[in-house]
Amino acid sequence: MKKMTAMMLGLLILASSAFTEDKEPVKVILSTTTSTYETGLLDYMLAPFEKENNCKVHSLSLGTGKAIQVAKDGNADLILVHARAAEDQFVAEGWGVNRQDVMYNDFLFMGPKEDPAGIKNAKSATEVCKKIAEAEQPFISRGDDSGTHKREMSFWKKLKTKPESGKDSWYMEAGQGMAATLKIADEKNGYVMLDRATYNFQKENTRLVLLYEGDDELLNPYGMIAVNPEKYPSVKYDLAMKMIEYFTSERGQKMIADYKIKGEQLYFPNFKNPRAAK
Amino acid sequence: MDYIFGGISEAMRLIVSGDGEFWSIVWLSVKLSSISTLLASFLGVPAAFFLVLKRFRGRDMIITISNSLMSVPTVVVGLFVYAVLSRRGPLGDLALLFTQVAVVIGQTLLILPVVISLTVSTIRALDKSVRETASSLGADKKQQLMIFFSEARFGVAACLITAFSRVFAEVGVSMMLGGNLRNYTRTITTAIALETSKGEFGLSIALGIVLLAVAFAINFTFLKFTKLYRTAE
Repeated sequence: MKKMTAMMLGLLILASSAFTEDKEPVKVILSTTTSTYETGLLDYMLAPFEKENNCKVHSLSLGTGKAIQVAKDGNADLILVHARAAEDQFVAEGWGVNRQDVMYNDFLFMGPKEDPAGIKNAKSATEVCKKIAEAEQPFISRGDDSGTHKREMSFWKKLKTKPESGKDSWYMEAGQGMAATLKIADEKNGYVMLDRATYNFQKENTRLVLLYEGDDELLNPYGMIAVNPEKYPSVKYDLAMKMIEYFTSERGQKMIADYKIKGEQLYFPNFKNPRAAK
Repeated sequence: MDYIFGGISEAMRLIVSGDGEFWSIVWLSVKLSSISTLLASFLGVPAAFFLVLKRFRGRDMIITISNSLMSVPTVVVGLFVYAVLSRRGPLGDLALLFTQVAVVIGQTLLILPVVISLTVSTIRALDKSVRETASSLGADKKQQLMIFFSEARFGVAACLITAFSRVFAEVGVSMMLGGNLRNYTRTITTAIALETSKGEFGLSIALGIVLLAVAFAINFTFLKFTKLYRTAE
């Protein structure tokens, strides 16, 4: 009987300690694009945040389309993506609140060294697309509804045309991530539009060369949005808001500017360039 | 939950409406898997018969290797063929990577061990009893072999269907070697991977349903066919 009591008591202590244990970090889910994750920016930014707020941030690295969808399905607490129109829609439909500009980088075009379509001297990104289409040179599109793909589509829209994979033999939609798409372009000796972070990472792994950059049309702003707690009461709204505050604070912005890989800055804090926030 | 039901109703709409792109994806999957299975059978079935009927040193080793290769991950086969076909690889000048041909090469290599190993064990199961019966009935060597082939055919066909199912359902090789290029190398499985990553569940579910339906249809036809044939005999 004594043994029994002792055991019960032991169990009780164990159980109560399980309940009073409050050091367990809170789990926050950040749904984001593959690029921010692959470049290591998130790990770098989140480490101090996790420490200071006693939380663990799980980053889902997805294409922008899915990153937003996951949040709509209630499976994330906040998002960090780059597709302004889709972001605004996300807020307008009530899924998200408190959208903030965080940072930007830019897109550029790579292609074969010989540049058969002559895009080097183009005056705008739209003209680059026009030249490639006119020369019917292979162009590999992301084709995955990502932020990069959406941007590329906006150029075709301006040209009032819509090349189709399969119908137009020079135009191919990969439906894959940036690095995979670049590889396909390399194999097909074609042109490709990519973000600067991927470019910095991959430029030594490809035969293609940088041919066009610097147009305003190619700026790529990232926004952060908290998931609306009215839609999903279980979201970690307070921590999401704190994280957004952290990224947009002077300290956070400086950290973003300081983040370099192989000596090159990958992302540019937003407050320095308000035109990117347009 | 909405998106699941939304996905299913969108799936039904796609299947019924005869959406061109949808059915061309399905057709491409069937086409590539069939070609790969045919190629693998032309190579694998004779090899299996050879392995069972001929005795030579290293035979068991080959069979063991083939058995273990049955479970090789699709991405490993993909990686291997990728390295060979890539522009920087030994066959780079052929510009074959990210074409339908590349997918067929990878898929054929993927199921070749499946065809060989399953056929070997099928024939082995038949081997003794059939030959003993045949010879006790007075058949000569050549007749024995003919009886043997004819007895083995259903078993071998079942092996080929298993091989077909394996390529039809795989995604690693198709993605790595085909590149999921729209209207060119996009198959059912790579399309599912893409559409899911875009958050488009409707198309994914529709493709999933068709994938299962095709697999079922093939197995069902085979079952009916063997039954019909066996009762006719």
